[in-house]
Amino acid sequence: MPFELRDVTARRGGRTVLDGLSVRLADGASCVAGPSGSGKSTLLRLLNRLMDPDAGAVLYGGADVRERDVLDLRREVGLVPQLPALREGSVAENVALGPRLAGRPADVPRALRLAGLDESFAERDAGRLSVGEQQRVMLARALALEPRVLLLDEPTSALDVASRDAVEATLLDLRRRLGLSYVLVTHDEGQAQRLADEVFRIEDGRLA
Amino acid sequence: MSGSEVGLAEVAGALALVAVAIGVSVWERARLEGEIAVAAARAFVQLTAVGFVIELIFESDRLVFVFALIAVMVLVGTLTARHRARGVPGAFWPLLVALSLAGASTLGLVVALGVFEPEARFLVPVGGIVIGNAMTASAVALNRLGDEVAARAREIEATLALGATATEAARTLIRSSLRSGMIPLIDQTKTTGLVAFPGIMVGSLLAGAEPVDAVRLQLVILYALLGAVSLAALTAMALTYRNFFTPAHQLREPPEPQ
Repeated sequence: MPFELRDVTARRGGRTVLDGLSVRLADGASCVAGPSGSGKSTLLRLLNRLMDPDAGAVLYGGADVRERDVLDLRREVGLVPQLPALREGSVAENVALGPRLAGRPADVPRALRLAGLDESFAERDAGRLSVGEQQRVMLARALALEPRVLLLDEPTSALDVASRDAVEATLLDLRRRLGLSYVLVTHDEGQAQRLADEVFRIEDGRLA
Repeated sequence: MSGSEVGLAEVAGALALVAVAIGVSVWERARLEGEIAVAAARAFVQLTAVGFVIELIFESDRLVFVFALIAVMVLVGTLTARHRARGVPGAFWPLLVALSLAGASTLGLVVALGVFEPEARFLVPVGGIVIGNAMTASAVALNRLGDEVAARAREIEATLALGATATEAARTLIRSSLRSGMIPLIDQTKTTGLVAFPGIMVGSLLAGAEPVDAVRLQLVILYALLGAVSLAALTAMALTYRNFFTPAHQLREPPEPQ
């Protein structure tokens, strides 16, 4: 299900972050690349309605995202934020959070495996993980809802090169095994080329 | 002179200790002399004015004036708490409801239990203590809620992104803010009588009550306060937390991108 942004303007803190942006993000792997402050993270958060635009429309599957139930949208279009933001408790409690909120059973071992973590991580304290491990738990948390699309905000910005390569391999593997589409935001041009079928560049809130 | 008859001469005599406070400030160059003098003067003027008003109400012996004074206390308490919790949007009406609920429930309880007759000389001071404590607890709880929403915005948004409603995302924040609002009174109740005698007990003793009666009266008020304060803090937060979110379960002040 593709996304489309039509003449979208978004402001934050009095500053125009996206300025009349129009773009289509097809099924598959899309990447929005650009320097810091270009509006990439804001664009991502429009796609699952963590924010609404000040002008213009965001469409998912041809329909305005505002016409859908916002909770259902967020379960179908999962977001992995840039920085880990796990809750107190075990890894299993964090991973099962989304399904529990949706009233569904959670397959925690499967979600952990898909995110490249051993099932033994389930009982670990979420507050005592390395940054790389936390990032993978965030990924597992999103995957536990079996989303149709993943939104990834700078998924490897906090990681060293080896961890970055491992996470990229996991994302490519997820595409291959699950047919999962993703929209990736990154400032790393190399990563954009390695992971995406289509790369869009934005600068100062507009397509470059 | 009985314990409850104090003349202006005695009040003037107590100014000696205000002079001590001013002297300490001058000695240490803390530059608080002006503020201390203003505080003492304001206390004199405000309490004297309140005293005249209360005397009029007591003499009129009409409950409608008592309720009017309590309503003024609730309004002033609401405005004060709102001023202290400036970072919390839309707090006025929730605080008004919270303080009204605290005052009504406590005064209703002590009258229903037969502890007091519904008379001005009981309702006014007890109402003041309840509303004052409820005001402080509500302001602390709301402030903590505002601080927590700001500090944990990323975590809240990550929870919303998993399909949580605003209520589900705010649940742990409300819990920790409620604790902040209630812990001071709980600690005060635990240590009451060990370090200082609480106010109602002191007032009762000065007015000539037997110590046992003064203690029991204080206990009734302390227990009622625990309930009233928790009710006020929870009510204020329950009616306010949604203001941090839009109807579409979005944070009104989203976290800054990193």
